[in-house]
Amino acid sequence: MITKINNQLYDQLVADFEVRSIISASSESNELHALREDAFEHFKKLGFPTTKVEDWKYTNLTPFLKQAYATEIDDENITITDSALAKAAIAGLDCYKVVLVNGKYNAGLSDVIGEEGIGVSALSSAVNDASFKAHFGKYTKIDQFHFAALNTALFNDGLFIEVKKNAVVKKPVHIIHLLSSAGNIFIQPRFLFVLGSNAEVSIVESFVTADDCAAVFVNNVAEIVLDENAHMQHYYVQTGTEQTRMVQQTDVSQQASSVYNNYKASFPGAALLRNNFNVALNAENIESHLWGLYLAGGKQVVDNHTIVDHRKPHCQSNELYKGVMKDEAIAVFNGKIFVRKDAQKTNAFQQNNNLMLSQKAVVDSKPQLEIYADDVKCSHGSTVGQFNKEALFYLKSRGIGEEKARALLIHAFAFDVTEKMPHDAIQAHINHLIEDGLK
Amino acid sequence: MLSIKNLRASVEGKEILKGLNLEVKAGEVHAIMGPNGSGKSTLASTITGKDSYDVTGGQVLLDGKDLLELSPEDRAREGVFLAFQYPVEIPGVSNINFLRTALNEIRNYRGLPQLEAKEFLKLVKERQKLVEFDAALANRSLNEGFSGGEKKRNEIFQLAMLEPKLSILDETDSGLDIDALRIVANGVNKLRSEKNAFIIITHYQRLLDYIVPDFVHVLYNGQIVKSGGKELALELEEKGYDWIKEPADEKELV
Repeated sequence: MITKINNQLYDQLVADFEVRSIISASSESNELHALREDAFEHFKKLGFPTTKVEDWKYTNLTPFLKQAYATEIDDENITITDSALAKAAIAGLDCYKVVLVNGKYNAGLSDVIGEEGIGVSALSSAVNDASFKAHFGKYTKIDQFHFAALNTALFNDGLFIEVKKNAVVKKPVHIIHLLSSAGNIFIQPRFLFVLGSNAEVSIVESFVTADDCAAVFVNNVAEIVLDENAHMQHYYVQTGTEQTRMVQQTDVSQQASSVYNNYKASFPGAALLRNNFNVALNAENIESHLWGLYLAGGKQVVDNHTIVDHRKPHCQSNELYKGVMKDEAIAVFNGKIFVRKDAQKTNAFQQNNNLMLSQKAVVDSKPQLEIYADDVKCSHGSTVGQFNKEALFYLKSRGIGEEKARALLIHAFAFDVTEKMPHDAIQAHINHLIEDGLK
Repeated sequence: MLSIKNLRASVEGKEILKGLNLEVKAGEVHAIMGPNGSGKSTLASTITGKDSYDVTGGQVLLDGKDLLELSPEDRAREGVFLAFQYPVEIPGVSNINFLRTALNEIRNYRGLPQLEAKEFLKLVKERQKLVEFDAALANRSLNEGFSGGEKKRNEIFQLAMLEPKLSILDETDSGLDIDALRIVANGVNKLRSEKNAFIIITHYQRLLDYIVPDFVHVLYNGQIVKSGGKELALELEEKGYDWIKEPADEKELV
């Protein structure tokens, strides 16, 4: 069984790693160098996955990986237009703006954050930070995740955010990930967000691609650490163009009484969106919520793989992913909840609902529960359906035209997710993106 | 106002309306009564354009315009309103947003400017009062978690907001307690005018104590088999439908 895709890109990355390893040996800590070596060994074992690999069964990477990409990026050739950045702007959101261009922190385009208790910097300048050393690479399983292994071996920059113990950040941090390149590129940015105990922050991440951008394959990995009683509101707003291919891995690690809420919305545009979202509940009284919305169109592939791992008692998790499927889009939902032997009194819920707007759209939905404790409340489920005809007729019988009636019902379908968003400006922004995405 | 001529309609190949005739003039209230399965709801659905019904013959004219050629939304924009027997719950669509969209779509069709938010809200307040509809309900999701009575009252509130020419009340009295029935009937009575007309579909005389009709028709086996004044409803209440069914059945046999 062939489980690895062999191509030019793979060979190129092997060559890149030889160079990277030499640089790392001379400029990075022994630990980080060893981690890179280890990660690359894993990547060589795992390779780029074919559809014979269970977790990639419905998402065929071959067409996206056979293109030629530059893996060493020439920073000089990037043009940044206001219109590209404007795509990410959220009207009415008072926030700290942080801009990354092709995965590199751009201080000139970013706000200076004057607040005490929060530090935002390029990842490359944080490698000697105590917090970086304590957490980096500790949560992403490089032996399981193909792309995460590759990223760990070869990342060269990204973003580091630390919110110190007891700090409550007043304004949301809006991270804009802008892709802009004249030639095809394969980039591997890396992120580490650390929240000390009792720290609170909202982070909004918008992914945008410049209109004239060449093909970009993004292999992102983010590790997010919440110490005791830390609270984080975390948004992903994923947009792009047909030239955007993105594999996003997020590994969240939570300590006692912490609350992590993730709101993920993706829209038509990007050709490939694969999200690997893993949350580990490592102590008691933790809350984790994953609210997801995907509006998929064109020939887009949107693949959400999530793992919620209950390791200790008295924790609660909710996961609701809703999909609106247009055109010939393909969506995959694979949600897994683990309830370990120790995790008594767990409440864990998971639901995936899909609204099909087109005959040719496809959804593969696989909700999974693995329970090893005996005193828990868990549920999971999945639905695929079409417009409620009665509701559509009801709206039309009041004079509302077909198109508007459908739009109202789609907003209503999405509302279960959008209503959870605590920032009104972001909710309105998402509603606008839904309207645009329906056109 | 409304002129129905020889209307025939079927559901899944089964003919339900078998040549129905009805004339309704502006300012009039017509009650349509009849036993279960006689075609009352089919009539309402056919006039409003529900697509599970196939019209196989006849005409439905509203002020000379053939409704059967129009989409359901255009019929509504022309001034047809159906108060549903079972109003649909639509979580996530706010009542107010829904009404504003509907009103503006109708105004747009008629070449009227969009209502400013302020004017719209003023209208909402005024009409809420008129039909005694709770302001808190108006701000919730459309019919979500409403009791049966609240749903019916919301239908009348929508009717008050959209000001149709022709309103069809499809068993609006079903599931209402006596207080709710009175509130609904009061609302309708306040909305009655020389310019609009009502068709009230009901099983019971009870509603007609509050909304006094000008005409009462008995629908049986897809046709109007008897018409009369408001006293016909009382007679039906007393005697049931058998005295009407039998001659009609005989006629069909012949």
